[in-house]
Amino acid sequence: MKVLVAVKRVIDYNVKVRVKPDNSDVDLTNVKMAMNPFCEIAVEEAVRLKEKGVASEVIVVSIGAKVAQEQIRTALALGADRGILIETEEKLESLTVAKLLKSVVEKEQPQLVLLGKQTIDSDNNQTGQMLAALTGMGQGTFASEVVVEGDSVNVTREIDGGLRTVALKLPAVVTTDLRLNEPRYASLPNIMKAKRKPLDVTTPADLGVEIKSTQTLVKVTPPAVRQAGIKVASVAELVDKLKNEAKVL
Amino acid sequence: MSILVIAEHDNANLNPATLNVVAAAVKIGGDVDLLVAGSNCGAVAEAAAKVAGVNKVLVADNAVYEYQLAENLGDLVAELGKGYSHILAAATTTGKDFLPRAAALLDVNMVSEVSAIESADTFIRAIYAGNAVATVTSADSIKVLTIRGTGFDAVAAEGGSATVEAVDIVKENALSSFVGEELAKSDRPELAGAKIVISGGRGMQNGDNFEMLYKIADKLGAGVGASRAAVDAGFVPNDMQVGQTGKIVAPDLYIAVGISGAIQHLAGMKDSKVIVAINKDEEAPIFQVADYGLVADLFDAVPELDAAL
Repeated sequence: MKVLVAVKRVIDYNVKVRVKPDNSDVDLTNVKMAMNPFCEIAVEEAVRLKEKGVASEVIVVSIGAKVAQEQIRTALALGADRGILIETEEKLESLTVAKLLKSVVEKEQPQLVLLGKQTIDSDNNQTGQMLAALTGMGQGTFASEVVVEGDSVNVTREIDGGLRTVALKLPAVVTTDLRLNEPRYASLPNIMKAKRKPLDVTTPADLGVEIKSTQTLVKVTPPAVRQAGIKVASVAELVDKLKNEAKVL
Repeated sequence: MSILVIAEHDNANLNPATLNVVAAAVKIGGDVDLLVAGSNCGAVAEAAAKVAGVNKVLVADNAVYEYQLAENLGDLVAELGKGYSHILAAATTTGKDFLPRAAALLDVNMVSEVSAIESADTFIRAIYAGNAVATVTSADSIKVLTIRGTGFDAVAAEGGSATVEAVDIVKENALSSFVGEELAKSDRPELAGAKIVISGGRGMQNGDNFEMLYKIADKLGAGVGASRAAVDAGFVPNDMQVGQTGKIVAPDLYIAVGISGAIQHLAGMKDSKVIVAINKDEEAPIFQVADYGLVADLFDAVPELDAAL
């Protein structure tokens, strides 16, 4: 069974985000970039499925500027077999991303598509669900366990009240939550090997997908700053303040 | 303008998160219709008809909607939603699951986790784990939004008198099926709606030590949360996680115990009215957002707090 994993190049999660002085967007110049953490979990799950003999091939796809090849190489170093970059300099909205991924799904015919549940830049949490809708597949979002059995996959989902398991007919789309697995680190020999793995570059035009934008970013501002309050010396003082000053007890 | 709000419920009770979404819909303006899709969900429809500000309740009561699976609920919402200017749902794990699916079927984009409404086409939402706030304008013919409940004061659950209309659209679902559920059973209030929340972090050391927080929570009628570190370490289940990828809360009082205050956690609680931090590391970032900070070993301070309440 073929597994397709979508990954995105985003700001490294350790980097402090700064808003541009003109409030047009966040400032990403000279900022360290990395694979979105939820996408790393998706790659890890695909590689584990291959190690278990469930998956026969792991294909990783990314959409973005030429530099996004770095994140595809990272995925290849983690164990994916080959990569596809849909190269574009444009900023894309989720629906266009889903349409681009749909064209890759139609070409590659994977049985399982794994994506991170959201990226840590836009925090949208939309693409996997949209891809599932456009391809007519079932969806297992926010997965904490993925078990492939014959022609279906059981996905345990992290929901507000606890956990829910659904069975999806393959092919299906699964989006990963934090506790699905703990991604490995790429070893040096695997990083070297990844450089020789195939990586195809295509464009939205080649795939026949028109880039349409319906949203405008009017402005981006830093969040309201919360002032640090006071330190109290004892539990008794804390309780007194909460009762008599803040009046919340 | 006409707005379709999708009610969140468990076939028996209307989830209060719906009241915040209706508040957002009222803010946009226009007729607000509430869709209750479920199975044997008559009681929910009755409750929905009483919600202030609702014009009409649409009830799709059929076994196929029992578990509100994204595959057929998405189909239903995409079909019913065609006639509306806006489609809104709560930014819960249910809303986040089916609504992007419905948006794609309608060939429109979507705006997630809206925390304020500027106008009928302009919305405010947090990006980069709450490190930046974006104002976004949507030119889509139908605006599809999930609503972050903490941004909107709930409308009254009683006092409305909406008409109730049955919807007989049945969307079969051959793609997915419900297998089972493990739901946390607790008499404590739900995190999202609790007036007081007490949360533990990695400093709690293990799950058993959370008993100390449960005892205090029961005295205060509080909900109990946790940081991602505590959940990842297996101290407590995932549904207790407060943070950007967990639950977003804004109670009157938030007590953070043994939580360092990673940005991911702060994004989920920094809109709380009063924040208390108890941590033995006085450099912990949590103190930068706390109204009252107590530098102390939690194993001394928490039992003392319990005794003082």
